[in-house]
Amino acid sequence: MRLHGMRFFNFVFPPRPKSAAIAKERLKIVLAHERAGNHAPDFLPRLQKELIDVVGRYVDIRDDMIRVSLGKSGETSLLEINIEIEAAKAKAKLGSAVPA
Amino acid sequence: MTKPGAARGREDLLAKVVAITSGKGGVGKTTTAAAFAAGLALRGHKTVVIDFDVGLRNLDLVMGCERRVVFDFINVINGDANLNQALIKDKRNDNLYIFPTSQTRDKDALKRDGVERVLEELKQQFDFIICDSPAGIEHGAVTALYFADSAIIVTNPEVSSVRDSDRIIGILSSRSRRAERNEPPVETSLLLTRYDPARVTKGEMLAVEDVQEILSVKLLGVIPESESVLRASNTGTPVAFDEDSPAGRAYLDAVARFLGEQREMRFVQPERRGFFRVLFGRA
Ligand SMILES: Nc1ncnc2c1ncn2[C@@H]1O[C@H](COP(=O)(O)OP(=O)(O)O)[C@@H](O)[C@H]1O
Ligand SMILES: [Mg+2]
Repeated sequence: MRLHGMRFFNFVFPPRPKSAAIAKERLKIVLAHERAGNHAPDFLPRLQKELIDVVGRYVDIRDDMIRVSLGKSGETSLLEINIEIEAAKAKAKLGSAVPA
Repeated sequence: MTKPGAARGREDLLAKVVAITSGKGGVGKTTTAAAFAAGLALRGHKTVVIDFDVGLRNLDLVMGCERRVVFDFINVINGDANLNQALIKDKRNDNLYIFPTSQTRDKDALKRDGVERVLEELKQQFDFIICDSPAGIEHGAVTALYFADSAIIVTNPEVSSVRDSDRIIGILSSRSRRAERNEPPVETSLLLTRYDPARVTKGEMLAVEDVQEILSVKLLGVIPESESVLRASNTGTPVAFDEDSPAGRAYLDAVARFLGEQREMRFVQPERRGFFRVLFGRA
């Protein structure tokens, strides 16, 4: 039986992804995030909390239903606020305070 | 006032402030600051290396002048001593001076206006002012890079070091004096140290190309992992004075590139040895 050295080697020890390649991928991903958020102002967590308070006066909402993030669209920086509300579950007693 | 430095370019008649920085600790900043200062001095440039690591003085040991420290950087900032009392002249090279830091635990001792005044005074006497930064991204590290004209980012081929270098590059481009004044940016370059080409070949260590691609700054040099570095620090000799060592030669190459020369990258290929490579061909 003739086997090339490398083939025989791979047969006995199946190749694992090289750890340096994994390191590179992980760094690319984490740095892309961190660079985008490089100028993320410190007020984001407070903004998120106050939004929960305000929105929570009108609809039932849990902490994890509001997400605030900074992003980019081309050259424009975007402050993205995503509020998930459970099918218009307006709070009854404050409902009248909301303009129709 | 004239400076005895040799062969300076036309546009840089002013002394250059060079920050040696990294974010992460233990990557080789002090080793690099000592080697770079020694290398520039060997090339005929009058050079001073300042220890900005207030509270953790170490440059004096690496430079081998720990028993000659009387006054320090903080004494001069506070006006308790003048520059010439605090500067230590290297015994091996007439162009080289060491400016040790203080052991004080008061981390606010490094006042920005005081540092500025001392740097302005040093610029009158020196061609290059090398600032050995402490680790971190706090007051000391930011002060060490704030006045820089150039910055050398010391990075190890390892995930946390690369990430921290990225942070420091961000700080250089947003919080240095040049950035605040909208002047031309700090000239920033990467020095990859403790590099082990054999492990890179095996895919166990980030390659120089990978690190450069991720950080996208100019590559100044690659310093191999080398036993000579510990030997040099044991004896208080900047490793650039050891021209027989791979690390010493790699630092001298990096200094030459810093001065604008072209030098081929050495020590990025593994040394030729190993039974398996012969047996299996190049993997
Ligand atoms: N190229 C190298 N090869 C081997 N050891 C090194 C190399 N560069 C630095 N070291 C060692 O790494 C340690 C940390 O270096 P140091 O210059 O003090 O780092 P920092 O100033 O960034 O904290 C020291 O023990 C030093 O001898
Ligand atoms: Mg140090």
